[in-house]
Amino acid sequence: MSDVLAVADHRRGELRDVSLEIVRAGRELADDLGGDLHVAVIAGDVDAFAGRLSLEGVDAIHTVDAGEEFNHDLYAGATTALYEELAPTAVLMPNSVNGLDYAPAVANRLDLPLVSDAVGLSYDGGLEATREMYGSKVETTVELTEEPFAVTVRGGEWAAVEADADVPVEAFVYDFDESASGARVQGFEEVGAGDVDIAEAEFLVSIGRGIEEEENLELIEELVEATGATLSSSRPIVDNGWLPKNRQVGQSGKQVTPDVYLAIGISGAVQHVAGMKGAETIIAINTDPNAPIFDIADYGVVGDLFDVVPALTEQFS
Amino acid sequence: MKILVTVKEVAEPADDFEIEGTDVGEQFLEYDLNEWDDYAVEAAVQLSEAYDDVEVVSATIGPERAEETIRMALAKGVDRSIRVWDDDVAAAELDVAAKTRLFAAVVDEEEPDLVLSGVQAADDGFGATGVSLADEIGFDWAAVVNDLQTEDDLETAHVHRELEGGIEELTDVDLPAVLTIQTGLNEPRYASLRGIRQAQSKEIAEFGLDDLGLDADAVASPISRTAMYEPETESDATYFDGSPEEQAERLADVLRDKGVVSE
Ligand SMILES: Cc1cc2nc3c(=O)[nH]c(=O)nc-3n(C[C@H](O)[C@H](O)[C@H](O)COP(=O)(O)OP(=O)(O)OC[C@H]3O[C@@H](n4cnc5c(N)ncnc54)[C@H](O)[C@@H]3O)c2cc1C
Repeated sequence: MSDVLAVADHRRGELRDVSLEIVRAGRELADDLGGDLHVAVIAGDVDAFAGRLSLEGVDAIHTVDAGEEFNHDLYAGATTALYEELAPTAVLMPNSVNGLDYAPAVANRLDLPLVSDAVGLSYDGGLEATREMYGSKVETTVELTEEPFAVTVRGGEWAAVEADADVPVEAFVYDFDESASGARVQGFEEVGAGDVDIAEAEFLVSIGRGIEEEENLELIEELVEATGATLSSSRPIVDNGWLPKNRQVGQSGKQVTPDVYLAIGISGAVQHVAGMKGAETIIAINTDPNAPIFDIADYGVVGDLFDVVPALTEQFS
Repeated sequence: MKILVTVKEVAEPADDFEIEGTDVGEQFLEYDLNEWDDYAVEAAVQLSEAYDDVEVVSATIGPERAEETIRMALAKGVDRSIRVWDDDVAAAELDVAAKTRLFAAVVDEEEPDLVLSGVQAADDGFGATGVSLADEIGFDWAAVVNDLQTEDDLETAHVHRELEGGIEELTDVDLPAVLTIQTGLNEPRYASLRGIRQAQSKEIAEFGLDDLGLDADAVASPISRTAMYEPETESDATYFDGSPEEQAERLADVLRDKGVVSE
């Protein structure tokens, strides 16, 4: 008991960043609990992944050599089986899109309480987790009176562990018949190719739901024209079909690193910020002084875009 | 075929809000249909239009106030609704497991062939109920679905799961299944005046724990919220005050300084 089992995430032969971050989250929690950190890696070239996960703070790596890619029946089944063998106090899984697809099933199967999308964790006789609510406008703490428990951790919140170590690797045998699974992955598709690559732009003018109507986009296009910027957007603009998918910045869109990112009428939801926080200078225009985008902005304009944007365009005309 | 759509009324704080205890003060909250559920409702209604004999039933865990939101779904083409609530539910802090037990009991009653739910709720963002429910009721599932195609035998759903970084996973899911719906899957319709009128006469059945064959243990949760606060901002943002023209002038200076706009 008191151990932590953390499950790595990978796709198309690459470990995802959250796998190195979950090692840090897991180590810290294991220290609080006074136990070991076990890391599981499931499917694909597990030996290569195990080499990469052989990191400081990991006590054991469990490889599950079954299947090529993520399959939620495999992940849920193997994680459950490993849990039964190791009897840890905590199961940590990533709050990635794949995490969303299997972590709740693991918690349900094992009858574990689930805290999802944690941005902070501590244990002092009970788990205390930090989460966000209302689109990142507030933070909350939640306490758990039961153990063992399951947690999914948000990517980007813990620093990746980089220091190598010599961690014992154990193969864990889990029989899995993919053809019997009710969900079968047929392949992958890249979306969002197109005329412009917003990832290459030095200056992005990015528009969000604050624009309200498609015809108001003209206002932004005039600014883009006057400044020679490249136009990008948050997700709702693309969902509405007002701009093509290749303009979407964020977790499921593009990651951008311009010199200047001008966010107009964008609240700064975590999935958006995931795509643009690497911009050198972030400027936000928003009517809401509490909008989370201001937390990461270098310059802020609390104001109505319908007043500020035309005035800004005017400056360059 | 019967499709069950889980529909949540979510709260959104006004721009200027205050925290009272462990939540935003009630007077600062506005309520609306969860954005992700709106797409789920649309997907269900489109299936009912594409195939014969499809009934769309919505299920909500929520107080009487939620009926306003439920009527919205009814106005968009949901045939009838179920609302789960009673004093024990009201007094509980529902975690994923508790919601799973409530919805599983609704599934027992209704025996749907397909369950659609939003990827997450805009307020608490747990993002877990749909998959947890699927596992509980023994359905197959897919999370974060942004494309859905069915064949006429309705035995398999061809879905795209939207992964990170502009990559989609193409997956076949056997029905019955639970699909958690991502925004952008379709274009949710506005409720027509006729729809709004018709919605008034559609059924919203109320279910308490008793009706679902459950007791108060079903909503007991080991997870409780102990604090809420505004996050400490790490930002040292420079704010531009003044009239929009003054703000724009300062902003233009920054853009010139950074060298991204010449002139
Ligand atoms: C799995 C998953 C993946 C996702 N991937 C992405 C992604 O890749 N990219 C992405 O962007 N989102 C993504 N999202 C969605 C994300 O959670 C948010 O819903 C979205 O980013 C919100 O967009 P927004 O800021 O434009 O809209 P909102 O959150 O509605 O914000 C609009 C803002 O405009 C401001 N505003 C309103 N009127 C005005 C005005 N007149 N002048 C100035 N400001 C005004 C408001 O104060 C508000 O802050 C994803 C969600 C999920 C669950």
